Amino acid sequence: MSEHHHAPSGITRWIFTTNHKDIGTLYLWFSFIMFFIGGAFAMVIRAELFQPGLQIVNPDLFNQMTTLHGLIMVFGAVMPAFVGLANWMVPMMIGAPDMALPRMNNWSFWILPFAFSLLIYSAIASIFGFGGSAPNFGWTFYAPLSTAYGPASTDFFIFSVHMMGISSIMGAINVIVTIFNLRAPGMTLMKMPLFVWTWLITAFLLIAVMPVLAGVVTMMLTDRHFGTSFFSAAGGGDPVLFQHVFWFFGHPEVYIMILPSFGVISAIIPAFSRKPLFGYSSMVYATASIALLSFVVWAHHMFTTGLPLAGSLFFMYMTMLISVPTGVKVFNWVATMWKGALSFEVPMLFAIAFVVLFTIGGLSGLMLAITPADYQYHDTYFVVAHFHYVLVTGAIFGIIAGVYYWLPKWTGHMYNETLAKAHFWISTISVNVLFFPMHFVGLAGMPRRIPDYALQFADFNKIISLGGFVFGLSQLILLVVVIKCIKGGEKAADKPWDGAEGLEWTVPSPAPYHTFSTPPVVK
Amino acid sequence: MPQANQHSNSPTRESKKLLIILVLVTAAMFGFAFALVPLYDVLCNLTGLNGKPANEASTTLATAETADQSRTVTVQFLANTSAGMPWEFKPMLSSVKVTPGESRTVEFYVKNRSDHTIIGQAIPSVSPGLAATHLKKIECFCFNQQQLEAGSDAKMPLVFYVDPELPKNINTLTLSYTLYNVTETAELTPASASNQGS
Repeated sequence: MSEHHHAPSGITRWIFTTNHKDIGTLYLWFSFIMFFIGGAFAMVIRAELFQPGLQIVNPDLFNQMTTLHGLIMVFGAVMPAFVGLANWMVPMMIGAPDMALPRMNNWSFWILPFAFSLLIYSAIASIFGFGGSAPNFGWTFYAPLSTAYGPASTDFFIFSVHMMGISSIMGAINVIVTIFNLRAPGMTLMKMPLFVWTWLITAFLLIAVMPVLAGVVTMMLTDRHFGTSFFSAAGGGDPVLFQHVFWFFGHPEVYIMILPSFGVISAIIPAFSRKPLFGYSSMVYATASIALLSFVVWAHHMFTTGLPLAGSLFFMYMTMLISVPTGVKVFNWVATMWKGALSFEVPMLFAIAFVVLFTIGGLSGLMLAITPADYQYHDTYFVVAHFHYVLVTGAIFGIIAGVYYWLPKWTGHMYNETLAKAHFWISTISVNVLFFPMHFVGLAGMPRRIPDYALQFADFNKIISLGGFVFGLSQLILLVVVIKCIKGGEKAADKPWDGAEGLEWTVPSPAPYHTFSTPPVVK
Repeated sequence: MPQANQHSNSPTRESKKLLIILVLVTAAMFGFAFALVPLYDVLCNLTGLNGKPANEASTTLATAETADQSRTVTVQFLANTSAGMPWEFKPMLSSVKVTPGESRTVEFYVKNRSDHTIIGQAIPSVSPGLAATHLKKIECFCFNQQQLEAGSDAKMPLVFYVDPELPKNINTLTLSYTLYNVTETAELTPASASNQGS
């Protein structure tokens, strides 16, 4: 094999790189930046809601903040973070030298900064007053709010979604081709680490539903400018059609945002329990079942649109059915820990917090699945509490756990244990102060996406906002930990966790620029 | 097992093949998003849900034998114009009481308040949605596009009956029309000019 030009230095290294580790790093930093931007918008929301009345922002800007917070966190923070983890870890876990389509890999990353520049530009233009309103219709961009009544910047939003969709689809195609074609000899499908499995299934979900998202924003675009009436009742269309098409994308999307975290947790819990994962094959089948069921539950977001009884019942039962494979996973994780030689390093702490807190989010989801009960919960803070438990303490805690787990492999140094523990405890306590009381105000009837509220919600909202500020600021500790770990620290062993399993721990720390140029043999 | 030791930027033949398949799947799913539009309409027409009544004449006529004299149903009429439609549009009667099976004629008034000829299309919607299929239209201005010269007005007829199969618990139906300015698209298709109404 010819000697490669080794990592060129400077900015061109990052622009032209086709190396999976470089691209993984780019994705992870990009999502980290987006996490702070989306977080800053959330801080504006919580500052406004600190007390009743309108104090800081006007209602239109408040709506822009809720919209952009959701869009940036979903498409800018969580999804690119998973693609970053996949880029770094999937080739190393299956003994491949790189991703199968390295040039496309470069392209799929470099579309993202352009996509988000468009979106964030409209926010900057709105905040500093040199442009009209940024998108202000909620991250779900229901028609006709986003068609007949959308601000001019909606077109920026539409093209931004097109670009991030193209990026995600290319990333997903790359993962599938890599996993199917570049596994090391002996690495059969049922020997793959669960992170690889969950990402393979996620990639298929992405390919199935991101084009539907692209389709729905294209319909919006033609409704807005080219005289079609997909969502306009006056022209023979139907606004409820928007919700059906959107949630056909939207529900698989929420599993796209959780399945890779399941994979991360399934790597970490066995490592720190010093036992193999309990029920490996049932985990694989549970993941696949969740993915398949995700296509037949979308209308549970739409119970209050006037579904027929048979439709409501179908979607209610299908939604409840999802708790079976999810329960299989949770019990498998607990069974893995059972009688294990547990130790509580920071990745394990985040993983345990994930299992407990994600289960709370799953249970409130089960409550929301009950159609008659949903009439009470719909569009209240109860829903906000539910999806933040599954997305923040689920998806994001999974990502953070993965970052701590693999940081020694990426940087060659151990992270600062004291700071990392502080990050864990402050985050875990504040995130519950932030989201748990939302259940109460939601059940009491506080609507979501409203900048002002009735006086009886004032005390809980003050507590929620305080939790929010602490949680937001505590993420700066993670930034400090990561930067310190890159700059130096205790030298990491090739396998810093004694219970860890997998090919990624057989290469040196930090992982060299090229790994597995000669494929390893898996017994 | 596929060869994995050749670290190169050129994907292998198998990778390219799989790439092409996955790109085709992506394209197919993009098409599927658009296929959901007619599928949704088919489902709405089959079930009569969501207040989307069929916009065509009923094939069955009301007869005296099928009429249900035991009850009356109130049918309310609403008329709206969409943005960019400078017509006045209102029902001559805001509601009528009918016996199921009895056919009735009502009229809607339109006036073109603009200074140019406009072609309009009315789109019906029935509430409650589950009753949508039970409101049968024998003749309706909404079956055709309507053309009005600048400043002129017209009375547009609607002949309908309420299906005796209407569930007993429903005693009020609301028929709402939204009038839409289709001048631009109508001019593009000259064929539609021949079947314009009054």
